[in-house]
Amino acid sequence: MNPERILEVKDLCTRFHIAEGTVYAVNGVSFHLNQGEAIGVVGESGCGKSVTMMSIMRLIPIPPGEIARGQVFYNHHDLLELSEAEMEHIRGKDIAMVFQDPMTAFNPVLSIGRQLGEPLRVHLGLDKEEIRQRSCELLDQVGISDTKHCLEEYPHQFSGGMRQRAMIAMSLACSPSILIADEPTTALDVTIQAQIVELVQRIRQQMNMAVIWITHDLGVVAEIAERVLVMYAGFIVEEAQVDDLYENPRHPYTQALLAALPRVDRRRDRRLQSIPGAPPNLLVAPKGCPFLQRCQFAFDRCRGEMPPLIQVGLNHQAACWLDVTTGEER
Amino acid sequence: MTESTLEQPKPGIASLLPDELETPPLSLGQLTWRRFRRHRMAIFGVAVVVLIVIYAFGGMLVFSEADANHAETGNALRAPTREHPFGTDTIGRDILARTIYGGQISIIIGLTAMLVEVVFGVTIGALAGYFGGWLDSVLMRITEAVLVIPQIFLLLVMARYFSQSIPNIKLLGRTFSGSVLVIVFVIGITSWPYLARIVRAQFLSVKENDFILAAHATGTSTRDIIFRHILPNISAPIIVSATLSVAAAIILEAYISFLGLGVRPPTATWGNMLEGAYNYIDTAWWLWFFPGILIAVTVLSINFLGDGLRDALDPHSRSA
Amino acid sequence: MTRYIFRRLLQAIPLLLIISIVLFVMMQAMGDPLATMGGRKVTKPEDRIRLARQLGLDKPVCVQYIYWLIGNDWTRPVGEIPKPNAGIFTPIVQCLDPRNYIDADNPGTRKGVLRGDWGISLVNRQPVTKVIGARLPNTLLLMVTAEVIIIGAALLIGIYSALNQYTAFDNFVTATTFVLYSMPVFFFALLAMYIFSVNFRKWGLPYLPTVGMFEPNVGQTPAQVLWHMVLPVATLSFGFVAGYSRYIRSAMLETLGQDYVRTAKAKGLPRPEVIYIHALKNAALPIVTLVALDLPFLLGGAIVTERIFGWPGMGRLFLDHVERSDTAVVMGIMMMIAFAVIIFQIIADITYAWLDPRIRYK
Repeated sequence: MNPERILEVKDLCTRFHIAEGTVYAVNGVSFHLNQGEAIGVVGESGCGKSVTMMSIMRLIPIPPGEIARGQVFYNHHDLLELSEAEMEHIRGKDIAMVFQDPMTAFNPVLSIGRQLGEPLRVHLGLDKEEIRQRSCELLDQVGISDTKHCLEEYPHQFSGGMRQRAMIAMSLACSPSILIADEPTTALDVTIQAQIVELVQRIRQQMNMAVIWITHDLGVVAEIAERVLVMYAGFIVEEAQVDDLYENPRHPYTQALLAALPRVDRRRDRRLQSIPGAPPNLLVAPKGCPFLQRCQFAFDRCRGEMPPLIQVGLNHQAACWLDVTTGEER
Repeated sequence: MTESTLEQPKPGIASLLPDELETPPLSLGQLTWRRFRRHRMAIFGVAVVVLIVIYAFGGMLVFSEADANHAETGNALRAPTREHPFGTDTIGRDILARTIYGGQISIIIGLTAMLVEVVFGVTIGALAGYFGGWLDSVLMRITEAVLVIPQIFLLLVMARYFSQSIPNIKLLGRTFSGSVLVIVFVIGITSWPYLARIVRAQFLSVKENDFILAAHATGTSTRDIIFRHILPNISAPIIVSATLSVAAAIILEAYISFLGLGVRPPTATWGNMLEGAYNYIDTAWWLWFFPGILIAVTVLSINFLGDGLRDALDPHSRSA
Repeated sequence: MTRYIFRRLLQAIPLLLIISIVLFVMMQAMGDPLATMGGRKVTKPEDRIRLARQLGLDKPVCVQYIYWLIGNDWTRPVGEIPKPNAGIFTPIVQCLDPRNYIDADNPGTRKGVLRGDWGISLVNRQPVTKVIGARLPNTLLLMVTAEVIIIGAALLIGIYSALNQYTAFDNFVTATTFVLYSMPVFFFALLAMYIFSVNFRKWGLPYLPTVGMFEPNVGQTPAQVLWHMVLPVATLSFGFVAGYSRYIRSAMLETLGQDYVRTAKAKGLPRPEVIYIHALKNAALPIVTLVALDLPFLLGGAIVTERIFGWPGMGRLFLDHVERSDTAVVMGIMMMIAFAVIIFQIIADITYAWLDPRIRYK
């Protein structure tokens, strides 16, 4: 494994067995993350972004869920092979996660101070006084003032933005090498969103922390990511540096996504372009390209064979049989 | 240059067209029935209830009422035999026949007490919830007052109060002890607070909906708003509550009869067949076993039924 | 907070007054206590009238109520009060005539409930407080023990079930609890008696006693009481254990699926901490209220249980005295229960508000 790579995911497959059948949520996802790098994972709701990350953290509830195959290498260990106790040591300490809705993500009956202190107590073994001190430092770091008072308060007493900052503080407590942020700003209004993005950027630079930022908002991705993965129906369909992705999208789905963005510089009387059709039914085992139904370029080969990620440029891959620039089949 | 060679999607492809996902719309009743059907326990409950009703009422064809009340003191306290499959009681009456007739009374008491409870509970709850203000306060104080005393205590006191020399009633060619009516009334009158509170809460929340505002604005009369707009929307918790209260009424009747203050002999109910049975616990198990298990099974199946109804009528309220 | 408590207590007073009036009126119309009081002696009519005057039973209901409430030691003879002839309105007319209140044969000795005097039992001529006081501890013993067992067992079963959803144990528990909580108390009691007492004795196993608090020849030792308590406590608690464990199971399942439990796991907290501190604290919060509000039902169950097992408690006391129309004792018990229920409701509200920070800090 490349020493610079801090996380390497290979062919991860996650499924859920429910009454109606099996949900094929993640189907052979592979990607890597370098130290201190920020990548964005975009896709529409239900495309498997969160499930992928939860699988990496092994937070998928195992009776309905099943990690069918794959390897997740972190520091030369396959996280999927570790015992639960060993995983507990990694979660919160080496790899931390921040979730979407800070109101429900905090326990309403425990104080903020208590919840902040938990990773410090459990992973670093600090005593009460040290925990208090460090907690105040963390809150300070994320831009919350009056820290001593805040420690005693409860989640419902904070505002939305403050809660998300506190959640970020909680995740940074043990200086993790990877921070996974699952749509942290989706539930917040735009101004707060900008503040949170800026906060995470700052901390990333301070601590040389790698960040995986999941979102369905292409605007946010442009702000924070260096590299972007585009997911659809449990597959990664394109991977590129952020500027390259926006300028040269090579997968029909990415193109359609970008085309659907309302733009300030376009004529206002044009209708917004949407992608016709609907995402595929995840209860059916995937065969062929998942974007087939909605792709204007689709042809026979797409139906039978799922295209792998094919190099289409420098640090740029797309999973498509077609070269969308020339219209020729690969 | 390469164009899509697919004009129409072919079957077998990984996704379904949105059109294919649509099913013909089902009415509310059909949806409810479908959900209910899936609840195996609820179906089992319905089946058992039906069986018991057949047993109690159909049994009239096999045994006459005289059979049930025919006392043969020489034959007292006999264990189950072919002649008396459930044995005989302390004065020689056949227990099987008595469970049949007793069952009728117990079931009727359950149903009628439920009616009394529903009438009182819905009326008071609706008035309090809809009109609010001082009417609400007064009604709620009364409700609270009734709720503060445990129901059994109230029942015992009231049963005693009302049961001074009650005449027998003649109905449908059969004679019942007037205490049956007393018990029905007393159970209904102490059970309504639970339902009233539910109904009031429902009224309070439904009242705020826009469609009620619209009904007001178009000049719908108060009576129509209550009966045609609000009540149908809250029928689900009322139906569930009513079902479960039948079971509760049967148990309550059994409790007070068991304690000696319920339905008076010779009219049999499952409850008063148990009275004093604990004195014979080591000698005559059949005295308490048969009525007891009938009560338990009836109540259990009504509870299954109620549970299934609750899930079927309101899928948002999930039971354990 | 103190203002809130004060306000609730103040609101309780008119409630208690109304309840006492309604109950008293019902009790008085409930039959003639003198009929059962004469014992085996046939009471001559003159004797009965004299007894009735002595006990104040010849007065109209409203007067008797006032006497009950504030005593009759302030009365004085006024002479003959003509009985009005107003048909059905006679009682109302009598109630409004102050002379009826003031006059009494001999000034009474009762001080009335508001001054702490709950009257004399018509059955055994003992002060009501003494009569109830003798039996109350026995009932409390049953109820407190039952409550402890209920909470403990329900937590154990509920949590274990929730953590092992869909296993054989869980399915068994779900089925059994449903059956048990639908089962009438007396059926369970009789069944338990039959198996553990009658049949155990027949099979030569140590069997559980079914009557009373202790064997008369051995005396009231703790061991005896405990042994005799087994069946009654089991009977009292089985329904509640079944119900509460179902509730806890579903509450735990719900909390375990919440986002904050996911966060706790993502922080790498050890499993016991996630379950017992993060999940349980949220799930068990409403239990506090439920336990307090179940008091009336526990008391109700006590009546049947005490009757079946011959336990000398308040439930049996109530039954015996209701049957004999002994107003004083029955009123005493009812008012005490009403008061206890109201207090417990207030305690439940306060405790819940105190435990849930969302309410505490609003």
